[in-house]
Amino acid sequence: MAFAGINWFKYSSPASFYPVAGKMIPWVASVAVILAVIGLYFSFFVAPTDYQQGEAYRIMFIHVPAAWMSMFIYVVMAGYAAMGLIFNTRLSAMMASSLAPTGALFTFVALWTGALWGKPMWGAWWVWDARLTTELILLFLYIGFMSLEAAIDDPRRASRSSGLLAIVGVVNVPIIYFSVKWWNTLHQGASISFDKAPSMASTMLTAMLLMTFAFWMYTIAMVLYRVRCEILERERHSEWVMALVEERK
Amino acid sequence: MGDGSGGRAKMNWSDFFTMGGYGFYVWGSYGVTALLIIIEIIWVLQRRKALLNRLARMSRLSKG
Repeated sequence: MAFAGINWFKYSSPASFYPVAGKMIPWVASVAVILAVIGLYFSFFVAPTDYQQGEAYRIMFIHVPAAWMSMFIYVVMAGYAAMGLIFNTRLSAMMASSLAPTGALFTFVALWTGALWGKPMWGAWWVWDARLTTELILLFLYIGFMSLEAAIDDPRRASRSSGLLAIVGVVNVPIIYFSVKWWNTLHQGASISFDKAPSMASTMLTAMLLMTFAFWMYTIAMVLYRVRCEILERERHSEWVMALVEERK
Repeated sequence: MGDGSGGRAKMNWSDFFTMGGYGFYVWGSYGVTALLIIIEIIWVLQRRKALLNRLARMSRLSKG
C-alpha cells in the first residue's frame, strides 16, 4: 500500500493535527476561490439560457450544489460523531461540531434559493412538498445539534449528546434524497442520476460541478479553521497550547 | 438573451443585471449566498482572534 509509509493515526491526535490543518488552509481556500471564479464564469457567461425557464434557472448553479453539500456535510458530520462515540477519539467530536455551522449555512442557502426560484416558476415561495419539508427538517437538525452542544457545559458530555442526535438524524438524508421518487412531489427529480445520462447541456453540468467543488473546498477550509479553534479551546490546559500561546506574545 | 435561442452574442451589461426579468430572484439568490459566506468567514476569523486573546490573558494570569 502506498499509504503504508505514513502513520495516519499520528494525525488523529489534536496536537499533531493542529499544525497540519494550519498548513492546509491557505491551499484549500485558494482552490475554493479559483473554482468559484471559474464556476461563476460558467454559470453566467458560458451556460446557455434555458429554453423553458429563461435566466431564472441560473439560480440552480447554487441551489443544487448547496443542497448536495447540505446532505453530504450532514452524513460526514454524523460519521465523525459515530467515530467519536465508538472509538472515543477526541478529534472526531471536534470535527463534527466544526462541520455543523457550514452545513446549516448550505441548508439555508438551498431553501432560500429554492424559494427565490419557486416564486417565478411555481408561483409560490414555499409548498409543503416532501422534498422541501425534509430539507427544512435537515436545517432544524443542524440547529438542534448546535444548540444541544452549546447547552451542555461539559464538552465531553456535550459531544456525546449532540453526537447521538446527529446519528439519529442521519435517517433524514436518504429521505430527502429519495423523496422525489417516493412521493409525488412538485419538486423535480434528481438533477444527476446514476442510471441515466444527464438531461441538461454539458456546460450547465460543468457549471454545477464547478460550483459544487468550490463549495466543497470552502467547507474544508472553514472546517479546518474552526477545528483549530476547537482544538485550542478544548486543549487549553495542555503543555503544547500554553507553549503556543507563550510563543505568540 | 431571453429569446429562447440562447443567443449569447447579444449579451450586454443591462441584460446581465436584469436577467431577462428575473434579476430580483437571481441576484437575490447569489447575493444572499455571498453575504452569508462573507459573514461566516468574518465570524470564524473573529472567533480565533477572541480565543487567542483569551488564552493569552489566561496564561498571563496563571503566571501571576
